[in-house]
Amino acid sequence: MAEIQSYTMNFGPQHPAAHGVLRLVLELEGEVIHKADPHVGLLHRATEKLAESKPFSQSIGYMDRLDYVSMMCNEHGYVLAIEKLLGIEVPIRAQYIRVMFDEITRILNHLMWLGAHGLDIGAMTIFLYCFREREDLMDLYEAVSGTRMHATYYRPGGVYRDLPETMPKYQESKFRSKKEVDRMNADRQGSLLDFVEAFTDKFPGCVDEYETLLTDNRIWKQRTVNIGVVSPERAMQLGFTGPMLRGSGVEWDLRKKQPYEVYDQLDFDIPVGVNGDCYDRYLVRVEEFRQSNRIIKQCVDWLRENRGPVMIDDRKIVAPTRVEMKDDMESLIHHFKLFTEGYCVPEGEAYAAVEHPKGEFGVYLISDGANKPYRVKIRAPGFAHLSAMSEMVEGHMLADVVAVIGTQDIVFGEVDR
Amino acid sequence: MTDRFETLAARIDERFGEQMLRVESRCGELTYEVDKDHLLEVATALRGEIGFEMLIDVCGVDYLTYGSDEWLTKSATETGFSRGVEREPVILDEADEFDPKRFAVVYHLLSLQQNLRMRLRAYTGTSNPPIVHSVVDIWNSANWFEREAFDLYGILFVGHPDLRRILTDYGFIGHPFRKDFPLIGNVEVSYDEEKGRVAYQPVSIEPRTLVPRVIRDDNRYEAALKDEADG
Repeated sequence: MAEIQSYTMNFGPQHPAAHGVLRLVLELEGEVIHKADPHVGLLHRATEKLAESKPFSQSIGYMDRLDYVSMMCNEHGYVLAIEKLLGIEVPIRAQYIRVMFDEITRILNHLMWLGAHGLDIGAMTIFLYCFREREDLMDLYEAVSGTRMHATYYRPGGVYRDLPETMPKYQESKFRSKKEVDRMNADRQGSLLDFVEAFTDKFPGCVDEYETLLTDNRIWKQRTVNIGVVSPERAMQLGFTGPMLRGSGVEWDLRKKQPYEVYDQLDFDIPVGVNGDCYDRYLVRVEEFRQSNRIIKQCVDWLRENRGPVMIDDRKIVAPTRVEMKDDMESLIHHFKLFTEGYCVPEGEAYAAVEHPKGEFGVYLISDGANKPYRVKIRAPGFAHLSAMSEMVEGHMLADVVAVIGTQDIVFGEVDR
Repeated sequence: MTDRFETLAARIDERFGEQMLRVESRCGELTYEVDKDHLLEVATALRGEIGFEMLIDVCGVDYLTYGSDEWLTKSATETGFSRGVEREPVILDEADEFDPKRFAVVYHLLSLQQNLRMRLRAYTGTSNPPIVHSVVDIWNSANWFEREAFDLYGILFVGHPDLRRILTDYGFIGHPFRKDFPLIGNVEVSYDEEKGRVAYQPVSIEPRTLVPRVIRDDNRYEAALKDEADG
């Protein structure tokens, strides 16, 4: 028999399991991996440098495009950093709306993750199930901001507008019969909150369906149990955050430990794993579905009871309404100044972190007192996770690389920035 | 500022004394500056003795144009609002020495046990290229973050096991996040029919400033005046 020699193999960047544009240079011996060298940066857009050349509020849209499956959470990190520097307090209703949409985003992200991860390692059906629910959440984004993905809904000082009283409805067409449209519109008769509530009522049942498909599935377990094991000490040393850290059994969640907005007033649990393998991280994320659902429910209840402003009343930071602007000289001046020049943020530096679906998403902002940030540094969770790729796949088989990429929940928008 | 922060600050002051210099923050954050010669020593102690087991982020900062604006706001101008902000970039990359406070490396630390964060800043001094010690051996997560700072700012990390470019293209020239690197870049790529491959050529677009950078003194943020207003 011929002696097997080690060789190098290229994986990606155009590979369906590479979750975008990951290029891996793998050193293999037979089918066992010795070393993996991820080459990133194929999606590098210099978001941070672009943000330095624009007034503060014009960069919110760039944040959506970082991690393009959890858009509003990225915005959240950025606006929190600006608010910290400006020293402003957001109205309570806006805080609840933000928390609600953060959790909707978390479900949105985890659905995408579960579907793609399943597809990568041979579970086709789960993808279709996940995308069914994802559609409803996309509709929520659209109803509140006008776009299905890149919302730009969070603004320094609150959110762009209050929740709408009606939900857009599907229309009958050549391709959709009246019966089908009626079924799809059944939950859309009331306000956005009614629709969210209907979603939270049915969603735990959907999670049960996913679990039926995967949790005790023999093939799923063979592909994930004891794959990519990370000890808690290593997880901390490697800068893991979010489900990657919790999967290793470290109980750390910014929503509980360093609560921002109104998380300290909400009731939810933090799931943690035991073994630190791909299967435990799967279980953690599935439990996060249920916990996010709980949080959304509480937010809906609160938002129904309490009305109020969703934006601070400070014309030096927040633009006046269109009607005011047409009517009042002072408002016109404010409007003009805000849109031609923006607002100056006092000199200083701030780091704001949110519990993003993937981990700790932080924005480090340095301002020298100008209308543009002096330095924006985006701390993307995926970047730290991907740097541990080599360590996680070492000694595994080639097919397990795909499972590890999946479990890290890599999205190149945020890794490359 | 909470008590826990002050307790931590007191511990750090007591342990490191002159080595670490506290910087005031208006946002209730703990920031220290450290001389780059003491960086390794301080970082080891911060991890081991003070208990910052996680390094959340490392980033480079270029302070070249800190505090400079493109449009005067203190006096009336005759030209009014001007889009044509023309400012030749200062090319300093060839200089023998940099301003000692030009480049800095900023470390964000997190202690899970004490639930505390702090920031550590080390200026790289006058050397060109800027050099600072790597902290990879202390916190392994620094590996890629330091590669990124090297790629984008050209900061060299002594002792880093694999200091390669990470985000920019293979064979990229320059360090794009430096303040003297133009936003539009230096080269653009296109497919060359004759050569049958992708070829580089100088950029053909013009740089433009849509909104000039202005700095306005805002009395609302002056600490002394704010205290007065709050009573």
